[in-house]
Amino acid sequence: MIEFKNVSKWYGAFQVLDDCSTRVSKGEVVVVCGPSGSGKSTLIKCANGLEPFQKGELFFNGISVGDSKTNLPKLRAQIGMVFQHFELFPHLSVIENLTLGQMKVLGRSPDEAEKKALQLLDRVGLSVQAKKFPGQLSGGQQQRVAIARALCMDPMAMLFDEPTSALDPEMVNEVLDVMVALAGDGMTMMVVTHEMGFARKVSDRVIFMDSGKIVEDCNTDEFFGAPRSPRAQEFLSKILSH
Amino acid sequence: MNYNWNWGIFFELEPGASGSYLDYLIGGLGWTVVTAVFAWMLALVLGLVVGTLRTTGHKGIERICFAYTELFRNIPLLVQMFLWYFVLPELLPQQLGDAMKAMTPPWGSLVPAVLCLGLFMSVRVAEQVRSGIQSLPRGQQLAGLAVGLTRTQTYRYVLLPMVFRIILPPLTSEFLNTIKNTSLALTIGLMELTARARAMQEFSFQVFEAFAAATVIYLLLNLLVVLAMRKLEQRIRVPGFIGSQQQTVAGH
Amino acid sequence: MGGGFDFDVIERSWVYLFREGMSFTVTLTLLATMGGIVLGTLLALMRLSSYRTLNLIAGTYVNTMRSLPLVLVIFWFFFLVPYIGGWLVGSNQPMKVGAFASALITFTMFEAAFFCEIMRAGIQSIPKDQMAAGYALGLNYRQTMATIILPQAFRNMLPVLLTQTIILFQDTSLVYVISSTDFLGAAVKVANRDHRLVEMYTFAALIYFIICFTASLYVRRLQARISIIR
Repeated sequence: MIEFKNVSKWYGAFQVLDDCSTRVSKGEVVVVCGPSGSGKSTLIKCANGLEPFQKGELFFNGISVGDSKTNLPKLRAQIGMVFQHFELFPHLSVIENLTLGQMKVLGRSPDEAEKKALQLLDRVGLSVQAKKFPGQLSGGQQQRVAIARALCMDPMAMLFDEPTSALDPEMVNEVLDVMVALAGDGMTMMVVTHEMGFARKVSDRVIFMDSGKIVEDCNTDEFFGAPRSPRAQEFLSKILSH
Repeated sequence: MNYNWNWGIFFELEPGASGSYLDYLIGGLGWTVVTAVFAWMLALVLGLVVGTLRTTGHKGIERICFAYTELFRNIPLLVQMFLWYFVLPELLPQQLGDAMKAMTPPWGSLVPAVLCLGLFMSVRVAEQVRSGIQSLPRGQQLAGLAVGLTRTQTYRYVLLPMVFRIILPPLTSEFLNTIKNTSLALTIGLMELTARARAMQEFSFQVFEAFAAATVIYLLLNLLVVLAMRKLEQRIRVPGFIGSQQQTVAGH
Repeated sequence: MGGGFDFDVIERSWVYLFREGMSFTVTLTLLATMGGIVLGTLLALMRLSSYRTLNLIAGTYVNTMRSLPLVLVIFWFFFLVPYIGGWLVGSNQPMKVGAFASALITFTMFEAAFFCEIMRAGIQSIPKDQMAAGYALGLNYRQTMATIILPQAFRNMLPVLLTQTIILFQDTSLVYVISSTDFLGAAVKVANRDHRLVEMYTFAALIYFIICFTASLYVRRLQARISIIR
C-alpha cells in the first residue's frame, strides 16, 4: 500500500532522511520509533506529500507521490492523518470539522456528510460533543475527534504523527483504545509513537530510525525480543525502563 | 482676554445659507464617513489579496508585494494625495487625464481621495493579514491539506476565518486611522469635517467653538466605531479560543 | 510622459528646497522627537503609577490625542498657542507665535501620546523582579526607574521608537495646512511659481521615499541585531 524506495530528503544542507526504503502492506500496522530528530515525523509526512523529498520514489497504492503530475489533494483524501497537536479547526464546531473535507473534497451532500460524521463520532465515543467547539474539549477528546475527522474521508490508510505525545497521561489510554480498535478492524496504519505498550499489543512490524536512516525494520516480536543493532537495543532499554 | 465666546454660533445661519453651522458641520461628517468607508473597502480587498500573496512563499510575488508595501509606506500620505490629484491626470493618456480633470467637485476631490487613502491603508491591512496568517500554527495548514483540501481551499476554509478573528482588533484601529486620515483630503478640496470646521472658523471668527465641535464629533465617531467593533467581536468569537498577543506597533 | 516636462526646475531650486525646506523638516523632526520621547516617557510613568489622578489625566490625554486627526490638532495649537502665550505673559492680546514654534509644540504634544504607548509597553516588558532587585539594594523609585528600568526599556523599544520617528518625519509635511515652508511646502511654492507641479511633486515624493526607505532598512537591521542579543 505504501512503498518507500531509497527516499532521501534535505533541509538546505542538513540531511533529514537518508536512503529510506520500506513498505507497509494492506492491513498492516507499522510503528515507527526512534530518538528525537531521527526523521520519523518527516518520513510519514512524505507519505501523503506534505513534505517533498529530493531523491528516491514513494508510492501510495501504486500512485507515485513525488511525481509532479500527481493530483495531491485527491491522493491525500485517500490517506488519513492525525497530528501531534490535534490541529482541529478552532473556528468550526466538531461536526463542522468532520463535514468540511467530506463536502469540499468528496462532494458529499450536507446530509450525507453529517450522517457519516455522527456515525464516526459515535465510534470514537463522542457523539455528545457534536455541537461543541474544539476549544471546549479536553486534549484526549480533541484527538479522538481528529481521528474521526480523518476516518470520515473513508481513507485506505491512516498516518499517525505522535498522536499521544501532547496528551496528559490520563488521556493517553482513551486515544490508544480507539487506535487499537481501528487496527482490529483491519485499517492499514503507520504510527510514529513512543508508546511501546501499544506497539507490542497491536503492531505487526516496528521500524526504528536514527539520524535519518532506517536502522531496524522487522516484525514486532523480533524487535522486542532481540533487536540486531546496538542503537536499537540502547533505545529500547531506555524506553522500557519506565 | 479678547475673545468673544458664542456657543450659539451653531444655530446661526452659515454664509451659504443652506442651514445652520451645525448642519454644515454634520454635512462634513457625512463626507468624512463616505470617504472613509469607500477607502476602507478598497483597502480591505487589496490588503487581503496582497497579505495572503505574501505568505505563499513564492519569491517573485513576495518581491512585488514588498515593493508595493515599501512604496506606500515611505512617502507621506499628503504627498501621495497631491500625486493622485495633481500628477496622475497629467501622466494618464490624454482622454483619461482630461476626464479626471473635468470631474466636478466634490467628485473631483472624492475619487482621488478614496483611491489614495484606499491604497495607502491597504498596505496596513496587508501587514495585519500577513502577520495573522504567520501567527497560526503551521499544523493548521498541514491539517487542511491532509484532509485533501487544495491550498486555496485551505486558505479559504481553515486559515483566513481564524485570521479574521485574530486581526479584528488591529483592523479596528486601522479603520479609525482611515477616518482620521480623511482630514488630509481638505488639501485637495474635499469639504469633510475638518475642512468645514476651518471654514466655519474663517467665516464666523469663533475659532474655539468650531474646532471644539469638530473634536467632539470625531471623539463620538471613534466611540461609535469601537463599540460596534466590540459587538462584532463578540458575535464572531470562537468559543474556547483565547486571542493571540498583540504587538506594539508604531504609527497612527 | 515626455512632452512638456521640465526637470531643470529641480536643478534651479535645489538649494532653496534643501536649505529652507529640508532644514525646517529635519529640525522639526529632531526636536519634536526628543521632546516627544521625554514627554511620552513621563506620560507612560504617569499611566503606570498607582495614583489614580495621574493615571486618569495621562490616560485621557493620550486617548484623546490618538483619536483626533493630526490636521485638526495642528489647527488647534495654531490658534490656541498664541492665546495661551498671551495669557501666560499677562497681556490682553494673543501672543505672536511663529509657524515653527507652533508646529514644534503641536508635534511634540501630539507624538508624545504615541511615544507614551511605546514606552509603556517597553517598561511593562521588563520583568517585575527588576524593580524588586533595585529596591532590595536600597534604591528608591526614582533611582530604580532612572538607572535600571528606563535604560532597558529604551533599548528594547529602540526600533519601534525609530520607526515612530520616521513616521513623525512624514507627518511634518502636514504643516502645509498652516502654510509653513517645510520640504513639501517649499516644493509646492516652486511648483506654483514655475507651473511645474508634476516635476516638483514627483521629486518631493522621490526624496521622501529615499530618506524614509533608507532609514527603515537601517531600523530593520538594528532590530535583527537587538533580537540576537536577547
